Amino acid sequence: MSSQVAREPYVLVADKGLDAGVARLTDEKIAKVIGAVLEAEGGARLKAYVDTCAHCGLCSEACHFFHSHDRDPRYSPVGKVKQTMWEILDKGGNVSPEFIGRAARVAYTECNLCKRCAMYCPFGIDIAYVIGLMRRICHKLGVTPQYIQDTAHSHSATMNQMWVKEDEWIDSLMWQEAEARDEVPDLRIPLEKHGAEIMYSVIGPEPKFRTQLIYQAAVIMHAAGVDWTMPATPGWDNSDMAMYSGDYEIMGRLKRAHFETAQRLGVKRIVMGECGHAFRSVHDVGNRWLGWKGEPVPVVHAVQFYHELLSSGKIKIKDKFGEAVTFHDPCNIVRGMGLHEMGREVTRALCTELVEMTPNREHNYCCSAGGGVINCGPPFRNTRVLGNKIKAEQLAATGVKTVIAPCHNCHGGLEDIIHHYKLDMKIKFLGDVIYECMEKPWAEA
Amino acid sequence: MNALYQFVSGPLVWVSFALFIGGSAWRLYSMAVLARKKDVYVYEYFSLPHALRSMLHWIVPFMNESSKKNPALTIVAFVFHLFLLIAPLFVIGHVAMLDKAFGISWATLPDGAADAMSFIVVGACVFFVVRRLTVPEVAYVTSASDYAIVGLAAAPFITGILAYHQIGGAQLMTILHILSGEAMLVAIPFSRLSHMIYAPLTRAYIGSEFGAVRHARDW
Ligand code: SF4
Ligand code: SF4
Ligand code: SF4
Repeated sequence: MSSQVAREPYVLVADKGLDAGVARLTDEKIAKVIGAVLEAEGGARLKAYVDTCAHCGLCSEACHFFHSHDRDPRYSPVGKVKQTMWEILDKGGNVSPEFIGRAARVAYTECNLCKRCAMYCPFGIDIAYVIGLMRRICHKLGVTPQYIQDTAHSHSATMNQMWVKEDEWIDSLMWQEAEARDEVPDLRIPLEKHGAEIMYSVIGPEPKFRTQLIYQAAVIMHAAGVDWTMPATPGWDNSDMAMYSGDYEIMGRLKRAHFETAQRLGVKRIVMGECGHAFRSVHDVGNRWLGWKGEPVPVVHAVQFYHELLSSGKIKIKDKFGEAVTFHDPCNIVRGMGLHEMGREVTRALCTELVEMTPNREHNYCCSAGGGVINCGPPFRNTRVLGNKIKAEQLAATGVKTVIAPCHNCHGGLEDIIHHYKLDMKIKFLGDVIYECMEKPWAEA
Repeated sequence: MNALYQFVSGPLVWVSFALFIGGSAWRLYSMAVLARKKDVYVYEYFSLPHALRSMLHWIVPFMNESSKKNPALTIVAFVFHLFLLIAPLFVIGHVAMLDKAFGISWATLPDGAADAMSFIVVGACVFFVVRRLTVPEVAYVTSASDYAIVGLAAAPFITGILAYHQIGGAQLMTILHILSGEAMLVAIPFSRLSHMIYAPLTRAYIGSEFGAVRHARDW
């Protein structure tokens, strides 16, 4: 039987958080926690999905892990459910600590919750949802990868992902304002401007590692004459690793803080930077957990916002980006919001040539950083990079040297893939290209 | 044997239909209640146009990427499901029985056509089993219940063919045919054959979520 083709044995990647968590487990605790989570949250969808799944394997075709591991069934979406939730349901929650240790690795590091598989299942079974529930169980069991848990702790303690303290946040903005004023003398980063039209929110890593993005955003806002503000209080961070660690209680607190900050400032809408998972958190998962069907304050993703600025002529492009580029579709704003055409329109407005990867748009392959996998840190770098050989092949096939990805996580993921597979490519945000190519009236003056 | 025939073709038919219809209604009802209680967004996000457009793309072969990637399976599965529904509804024997019992009837299939359809259904089941055994990602998630389900679906057709061709004793085969048909009906709400009941629900949900929330295609 070809299913018995020799596969490499499953190697448990060592991780302090997971290993210490497993060591604390007892059979009784496992059964009790699983029972409680399933009782409270395992509802109609879980039941319908498990009862309906025909074990047909058609979802396999969707998963980049499956393709990148030469069609190893263990990495097929349904195969991951078999290694996690099926066993739990079959055994009524009576599984061993070792089982949880492995199931946690499958759930946290071998699935990006990218939802591509939902588009390949004849029944529309959303395996990312089932894997998310598995993470929820792991979280309640205290079996979470150390790095992502640290991030969730940071969210909990500081309301941002990167342990940025309140004064550091304000300092970073003032510092970027000062820097930008060298270039644009009358530029401001308006803090706490009540009644502004727009609150601009970013993810924790921006003030920490990628401050130039705040700089660029400020220049773009300034050039477009936008009435905007940034909060000086917690609530400025729209990111959400608690959503991915399974800590929905903290996720709820984060989303509430973010929206309430916008309400406190009395803005009409929130514009968020180029991030995929944060969009998922505000638009789909976090709001849903809080019982809000939509967003209490409308949220606009950077791709939509740039599209608006470019098509209304508020930002004009001086010289287009001269090299051919390719556009990476971030799952969370493409399968998550259908922004693929808009993203392309913005790219075409900025660049002379756009070369497509195939497949693309809703059928894109994830960068393999998503779903919090990159946030599980260095121990799992190989898991995601080796698990996405197919993305490297897809990138290489375009023959271009620049990939545009309007998502932070995608940047991290693609960077590692490009490095590992030795591709000669660089990655840019749309904001990078806009900043580079736009008309800057003050420069001529 | 005659008494047995009377029993399986009389009271047992009633029992199995009652279990099939009652069981299915109960499963649908309890699912609806459970969703109300724990996944209320299923109702909130429901969007009829998006649900319908998703169903269309997944019923018509080759309207979705997944089916294009698996042309053989797409054709076999489509024909299998179609014939599985059509053959029993229009085979002369069934319509004649209905006519006798209730005086209602409708168009029927020529015997030869029904026979051919049965062969195709059984052939499709063989295809499914071979696929389970040989395609690694399918074998990996296959359990005994998957074979049982294929067996349940194939049995009425195998026995129907045998009865029609008078192999293995017409009356015995007819009894087995009726029994296996009844078994399959009863199994629909109570086994993973319930995908027949749930498929429209799961499709409607993901179609609505992708369409109305995510503004993306789901095919
Ligand atoms: S990584 Fe994406 S395609 Fe693969 S199982 Fe997870 S959600 Fe499905
Ligand atoms: S495609 Fe759907 S029904 Fe088939 S195995 Fe995957 S989840 Fe189950
Ligand atoms: S990181 Fe990017 S490609 Fe990967 S899941 Fe997120 S949005 Fe998708």
